[in-house]
Amino acid sequence: MSNGTAISVDKLTKRFGDFTAVDNISFNVTKGEIFGFLGANGAGKTTAMRMLCGLSKPTSGTASVAGFDVYSQTEKIKKSIGYMSQKFSLYEDLTVKENIRFYAGIYGKPDGFIKEKTEKLLNELRLQSEAGKLVRSLPLGWKQKLAFSVAIFHEPQIVFLDEPTGGVDPVTRREFWNMIYKAAASGITVFVTTHYMDEAEYCNRVSIMVDGKIEALDSPTQLKKTFEANSMGDVFLKLARKAVRAAD
Amino acid sequence: MRTLRFLLQKEFRQIFRDPAIIRIIFMMPALQLIILPLAADYEVKNIQISVIDHDHSDYSRRLTNKITSSGYFKLSQYTGSYNAALNNVEKDKSDLILEIPAKFEKDLIKENEAGLFVAVNAINGVKANLGASYLQSIVRDYNSDVRLKWIQMPRFSPELNIEVASSNWFNPHMNYQIFMVPGILVVLVTMVGSFLASLNIVREKEIGTIEQINVTPVKKYQFIIGKLIPFWLLGLVIMTIGFVIARVVYGIVPLGSFLTIYAFAGVYLLAVLGLGLLISTYTSTQQQAMLLSFFMMMVFILLSGLYTSVDSMPEWAKWVTRFNPVTYFIEVMRMVVLKGSSIADIKNHIFILLGFAVFLNSWAIINYKKRS
Amino acid sequence: MKQFTSFIRKEFHHIFRDRRTMFILLFMPVAQIIIFGFALTNEVKNSQIAILDNAKDADAASLITQIGNSRYFNIEKVLYTQKEIDEVFKQGKIKMVMVLPQNFGSDLQHFNHAQVQLIADASDPNVASTLTNYASVVITDYQKRITNEKKLPYTINTEVRMLYNPQGKGAYSFVPGVMAMVLMLVCTMMTAITVVREKEMGTMEIMLVSPVRPLKIIIAKAVPYLLLSMINVASILLLSVFVLDVPINGSLVLLIAESILFTLTCLAFGLLISTVTDSQQTAMFISLTGMFLPTVMLSGFMFPIENMPLPLQIISNIVPAKWFYIIVKNVMIKGTGFNIVWKETLILAFMLFALLGLAIKKFKIRLA
Repeated sequence: MSNGTAISVDKLTKRFGDFTAVDNISFNVTKGEIFGFLGANGAGKTTAMRMLCGLSKPTSGTASVAGFDVYSQTEKIKKSIGYMSQKFSLYEDLTVKENIRFYAGIYGKPDGFIKEKTEKLLNELRLQSEAGKLVRSLPLGWKQKLAFSVAIFHEPQIVFLDEPTGGVDPVTRREFWNMIYKAAASGITVFVTTHYMDEAEYCNRVSIMVDGKIEALDSPTQLKKTFEANSMGDVFLKLARKAVRAAD
Repeated sequence: MRTLRFLLQKEFRQIFRDPAIIRIIFMMPALQLIILPLAADYEVKNIQISVIDHDHSDYSRRLTNKITSSGYFKLSQYTGSYNAALNNVEKDKSDLILEIPAKFEKDLIKENEAGLFVAVNAINGVKANLGASYLQSIVRDYNSDVRLKWIQMPRFSPELNIEVASSNWFNPHMNYQIFMVPGILVVLVTMVGSFLASLNIVREKEIGTIEQINVTPVKKYQFIIGKLIPFWLLGLVIMTIGFVIARVVYGIVPLGSFLTIYAFAGVYLLAVLGLGLLISTYTSTQQQAMLLSFFMMMVFILLSGLYTSVDSMPEWAKWVTRFNPVTYFIEVMRMVVLKGSSIADIKNHIFILLGFAVFLNSWAIINYKKRS
Repeated sequence: MKQFTSFIRKEFHHIFRDRRTMFILLFMPVAQIIIFGFALTNEVKNSQIAILDNAKDADAASLITQIGNSRYFNIEKVLYTQKEIDEVFKQGKIKMVMVLPQNFGSDLQHFNHAQVQLIADASDPNVASTLTNYASVVITDYQKRITNEKKLPYTINTEVRMLYNPQGKGAYSFVPGVMAMVLMLVCTMMTAITVVREKEMGTMEIMLVSPVRPLKIIIAKAVPYLLLSMINVASILLLSVFVLDVPINGSLVLLIAESILFTLTCLAFGLLISTVTDSQQTAMFISLTGMFLPTVMLSGFMFPIENMPLPLQIISNIVPAKWFYIIVKNVMIKGTGFNIVWKETLILAFMLFALLGLAIKKFKIRLA
């Protein structure tokens, strides 16, 4: 695997009994790229991502994340990645500071590093006054931003974001994406799933999954050209209709 | 190791910030230890007796007096009609009926033989049996009195007599509370160990935080140990609180050594925590975990010898108690606290509990690995 | 009305789809009946005892055999020295030691008088006094047996008859108790949790804005548990009659009516609990300590109320299960009619209305 590739996937498949959730997908993600993983609910996005995070074993095919094999080196993968999901990321009954310290600690960061970087982070997010408050008391937007920062606190090679901006107002979403840009600029590869079509425009490249297969993979600009659409939303609709037709 | 330290910090913080757990840890021992021993008195006293006297003789009155002055019985009714007495029993005003037939005195003196009739409300089997047997022993005594009166007792009594001298060890005052308290301590420790532990893990499942831990480098065994250690400590803490209450309220101080008790408790907790862990792998919501834990604990506690003696159980039930960790702790707790047994006396129990601990935890861990 | 039924249907779906919970709720009474019916007994039998025989003569042997033949005792160990008594108690299994003195046989022959010592492990005082009692009876019987040649003058013979429960079965006293316990658990705790769960998940708001009156929504939640409870009552009664041989001596209709009354009371209690908390865990905790534990401890089915200290006796009066237990004992076992239990029924009905009224009031306050 060449040095510039963060994630490499070849004919990856996951079957649950008779049902094929992920069907023979292949793609590569370059280092520092913001890679958008789109698809309707049930298209197989989450299953695919879980395989890449080392949470679930593929049925067939190969994949390597940060240079490690998803079958045999899941422990090493987990050390090299960060993860954030919309459903949950932080412990509501621990304080801001305690959450940071906990996650940094279990990724093996030394105490000195944790202390210094926590200060920096709290400053950047302007959360110094909330440092000792329980996360439960933060508004949703702050929680999301904090969760993202915690996910990349240990400076992983890749960060996986599963629908990270659900339920949050547009201004906060914009600020969130600014943070993502910054992270990517510093060399962290960002693998993000979303069903907000406007967010798809922010990615370097986007893949669209339909019924377990990757039906399209390119930069947003190219995709709009190929599908003769004005927005990513239209691109998606065209592809989704294709799926309906295929089902007939 | 460092990872474990962080996990434990998080667990302890979360536990102490949970108001429900704090309440449980302190209120439960207090409630159970104070109310239960007071309520759970199986001693049979104040038995209500209806006496139907058809004879109205000197002898029948003397018998009645002997019964009422024995301390076991309260004369709730003195009547001439069986129906009136039966009515009393129906209304739960009397537990026993003694019917003294007409010509009782005459038959006893002239014919050498007289009969008495006793009817017992046997719905409560224990009360009935004990009541009947107290009454019969009073009648026997009375019978001896009568014989003594009419027969001269030479030095060598014509009547063969085996005298029974009985003594009660370890609990000379026959205090039922002393007996109940060690058992309740076992229940407290068991509840924390299996009930609370399984609830805690399932809550993480329900909220979704387990998933978050799964993507980190934290290994499964580290996560499990991080969950078990706090509750292991909590179990010992609640036992300590229990002992303090036992000392302050009942004056109970273990005859045996605390070291023995804590050593065994430590092993026991490993086993019940394993059970809690196992339950958490089979349930996905707190409601299910609660119900399943509660159900299992109820079965285990009932079939452990806490309320009723294991010896009296049918063979199949005895087998169940052998596979029940609670049974062993109850035995050990009573042995060490009330009789002063030593580690040597309980070494078999310790080995068996270790076996349970290994078995339950292994099963739980295998399950946990499979389902994640 | 149709909207009401759609809510009821939804509640049924919730419950029946949670297979595990349903299974436990329906199986629990069965398990309890089996355990109480066949495994638990307050009777003392097969107790393990030890003998310290200092006499080792024929009379001693014959007394020991008689003791061993009794179904109350299992002679587990033979001791040789006094010291062993303490040790054997500490090892845990032995509950009583019978000590025969050196001259047992010869004393009997020459003086017609001998002494036997019974040492009981009184850590369980009840077992100790029962064993001592039983042993004394066996010894007395032995005495009678060896003096059979002479008939003793002035003998009083006592005939004992057991009423209502000729075989002295423990089942008679606990079946009513199990009914109370199970109904309390299913109705009160489950209802409370179900309502609170809706609150916790945030879906309560959605229901409150529906056109159905909020009170009806809450009642719709209780209905499935009413049905489940009736199934439980039926299974308990069936098991009691056919497996435990505990008959229903009184009117079945009256029994069922009283059970429904008690169930409704428990449901009202559950609803009341659900109005005072927003967390499932707290609802469970309150149900357990505030309702279940008192039911088990203070209703009179496990421990006799007369034995309790006065304050507890007074508290037991506000435990609904206490009154239900009396009613079921009377109607089912004694076979009495309404004329005997009308007082208790009235008390239960009063509790039902009080709890329901309180729950409704609290619920309305919350909405306002």
